[in-house]
Amino acid sequence: MSAILSAQKLSVRFGGVLAVKDVSFEVQAGEVFTLIGPNGAGKTTVFNLISRIYNPSSGTIDYTGPTGTLRLTDHAAHEVAALGIARTFQNIELFEFATVLQNLLIGRHTQRRSNLWEDLFFTGRVRTAELEAREKVEEVIEFLELQHYRDTLVAGLPYGVRKVVEMARALCAQPRLILLDEPSSGLNVEETDDMAFWIQDICQELGVTILMVEHDMSLVSKVSDRVLAMNQGEVLALGTSREVQNDPGVIEAYLGSVSDVASLRRPVALTGTGTGAGTGTGTGASR
Amino acid sequence: MIQFFQMTLSGISQGCIYGLIALGFVLIYKATETVSFAQGDLMMMGAFGGLAAMTWLGFPYWLAILSTVAAMGLFGMLLERLVIRPILGQPAFSVVMLTIGIGYVVRGLITMLPNIGTETHVLPVPYKDEIWKMAGLVINVEQVSVIGATAILCLLLFALFRYSKLGVAMQAASQNQLAAYYMGIPVRRLNGIAWGLAAAVAAIAGLLLAPITFVHANMGLIGLKAFPAAVVGGFGSLPGAIVGGLAIGIIESLSGFYLPDGFKDIAAYVVVLLMLVVKPNGLFGEQLRKKV
Amino acid sequence: MRFIFKTDYDQDIRLAKHEGARFWYSALVIALLLAPWVLPEYWLAQLTFVLIYSIAGLGLMLLAGFTGLFSLGHAAFLGVGAYTEAVLTNAGIPFPIAIVGAAGLSAAVGWVVGLPALRVRGIYLGMATLAFGFIVEEGLARWESVTGGNSGLQVKPPSVSGWALSTATEFYALCLLITILATLGILNLLRSPTGRAFVAIRDSEVSAQSMGIHLAHYKTLSFALSAALAGIAGALYAHKLQFISPDQFSILQSIDLLLMIVIGGLGSVHGAFLGATFLIAMPQAIAILKDYLPASIGQAPGLQSVIYGAVLVSFVLFEPMGLHGRWLKVRTYLQSFPFYRKGMFKRQKSFQKSDRLR
Repeated sequence: MSAILSAQKLSVRFGGVLAVKDVSFEVQAGEVFTLIGPNGAGKTTVFNLISRIYNPSSGTIDYTGPTGTLRLTDHAAHEVAALGIARTFQNIELFEFATVLQNLLIGRHTQRRSNLWEDLFFTGRVRTAELEAREKVEEVIEFLELQHYRDTLVAGLPYGVRKVVEMARALCAQPRLILLDEPSSGLNVEETDDMAFWIQDICQELGVTILMVEHDMSLVSKVSDRVLAMNQGEVLALGTSREVQNDPGVIEAYLGSVSDVASLRRPVALTGTGTGAGTGTGTGASR
Repeated sequence: MIQFFQMTLSGISQGCIYGLIALGFVLIYKATETVSFAQGDLMMMGAFGGLAAMTWLGFPYWLAILSTVAAMGLFGMLLERLVIRPILGQPAFSVVMLTIGIGYVVRGLITMLPNIGTETHVLPVPYKDEIWKMAGLVINVEQVSVIGATAILCLLLFALFRYSKLGVAMQAASQNQLAAYYMGIPVRRLNGIAWGLAAAVAAIAGLLLAPITFVHANMGLIGLKAFPAAVVGGFGSLPGAIVGGLAIGIIESLSGFYLPDGFKDIAAYVVVLLMLVVKPNGLFGEQLRKKV
Repeated sequence: MRFIFKTDYDQDIRLAKHEGARFWYSALVIALLLAPWVLPEYWLAQLTFVLIYSIAGLGLMLLAGFTGLFSLGHAAFLGVGAYTEAVLTNAGIPFPIAIVGAAGLSAAVGWVVGLPALRVRGIYLGMATLAFGFIVEEGLARWESVTGGNSGLQVKPPSVSGWALSTATEFYALCLLITILATLGILNLLRSPTGRAFVAIRDSEVSAQSMGIHLAHYKTLSFALSAALAGIAGALYAHKLQFISPDQFSILQSIDLLLMIVIGGLGSVHGAFLGATFLIAMPQAIAILKDYLPASIGQAPGLQSVIYGAVLVSFVLFEPMGLHGRWLKVRTYLQSFPFYRKGMFKRQKSFQKSDRLR
């Protein structure tokens, strides 16, 4: 397995704040790689660096496409999609006044083969391309079960459905790497289970590499191959899900150290079946 | 050299008018984040109001000024209550079109007044035609009154927004109205106050401008020049509005004198374009960026 | 109740979504073709104006309604097109080449005006376009050697391969042809990737970028196309009036264009036509209304201004979706009768959010 994405010593500074400090990691092709960390750790900032919405103050990102490795940090934000990287957003960024179908068709923008003049006259070539795009989009709709919402304006959709539409839109771009920003936030248990299945399907059936930010530790344990824990812009630990959740540094970042907790502890009546202290399987940030 | 100072002085005075109108824009923008194209016409209405107070009602000067400003303030609040309030939350463009419509209605109504609307009138102010001669400069007292009044008004408004709870609350409501409601801020009342204040400022501008340009129904078109002033200063900034106005006024005055014909009219707009290229958020504007 | 039962993807791509639409639009085109023989000359002239303003409206609708970029100085492009056409036609150049020239120069100017759009948004962009509008108007007035300055310019009738279209009917046919072509062009754009890219930019620039849409390219393209349409409209306007002067392309004309698309219904192609019809019909309606009003109101010079303003305010307050929106509501009522529910089109109470953080 080769690395599809490789970040080296990424740092970005906003004013006086160093949001991301010397972050380095490698994502292998075909794996599910998760970034975890408390809020404000810089995870979405890393995503924005990969999407080229932000420029790093130092460090580079390398991406290995079908044509070879290139320096992603040399490319502009609108070139990222054409390279095969798609993403979803933490606070949904859908096109509110368009239907779900139109949103998904826009997701296929990088696959367009017609220029302005052909579009103006709607030549046969454009028509064929449109029908083809529609077929591909329908495949994604079927995969994510969005048939009911095809012609509904996004503005009227419930939150859970919007999250799915975001993911569908990212899939429509036929990416090689997909960045999922908190795919299960705001979803109930059932929807989160569905999401876990979809993530696994995307990875195994479609062969897409997944890089995701997540807070729900059960989802993380279920789907991730490797996990990177961040805190305050720095890398804390890297490894399998279990390894990272047991890492003392990570536990301290999420739960605080023993001395912190002691002052918060309230006297609890002993039930006699043992102490209530948890073992080290780390439930992480509670939902 | 004397000419230069003379031109600069008249530029400053003209700039103060632009600045006052721009102040009105910025007030409304800071409180409700809408842009009001009706300020120029409200200014014209204030001038006519002052005329009515001084000639028709026969009030002495200071009483006329105060009553006109107060009346316009109430009118602004009424306008907000009836017309603006229902549409806050609609896209900014709709609100802009609404204010353009209000401007049309105000201008039309004034023009429709039999005999008064279509004529040009002189505002009988006590300092009319008075001139000071100082160090070789001929200073029009009318111009000085504009500058002085603007300075005082600026200080008052700056203090309002910086130090009073009212000012902070207004800014909060403009940035996220729903959250402001949750925090118990009386958003609707604040909007009314903001519009009332803006209308009052427009009235003051009209009363100050009237001795210089005379009172007529098309006075409000000066309002269009005030937009460049607000943009140059940065739309969210009160001192910026005045500084922008002064900059535009001075540049306009000087270009009218030193540059060929026609440049004076477009000087303001060229400055705006340059500003948008060099410093898009204006001199004092804030650089905000959406976090995704 | 109408249910459209779809059996293939083509139905979603086709311009006419169902048989009924095809029938009615064909009927409309036929009615417009027969107009010169049915309407008296005065009304034919008004209809020609409606067509001309519709073309300009389509351009502004594309820019403001579909790409979300608001231009407060659109009359400038109208003026550039008008004067280019006038100068070229007066120099003897045949109409097809002259109109391409007018459209091309307007598109170039539009492209230049669109450059600030890459850096500024919202009200600042509006100010930039307003500033451009004033500068172009002043430029047209000052460049006397070419434009004749403030004293205006006579315009010869358009000539196609030596044959001058000087009668009202011939000119009307020309305008109708160009309107139909422009409408088809816009409709084609909207159902193709380019049009969708425009809509994406309107709704969320950040995610449009992440989908691979090059913002700079599409924004300037939108401006250029919009300006080209306005230029074509301006060229036809010049021929219709046979005399143009810079003050016809002032801020008031720009506001008229905006009024047109807002009242017509922002974000719909129908809106451009409905708005244009409204814009031309209003003065006629006011003229008729004047006879019923007492002299002091009816003859007052400010009446037109008041009515325009009042109508604009009413539409923004009560019918934000414009005439097209009102038509949609009526049609939904008729289609779903008797199941129409009063709350179907109810606007959600919306709270204002900062535009700076959009």
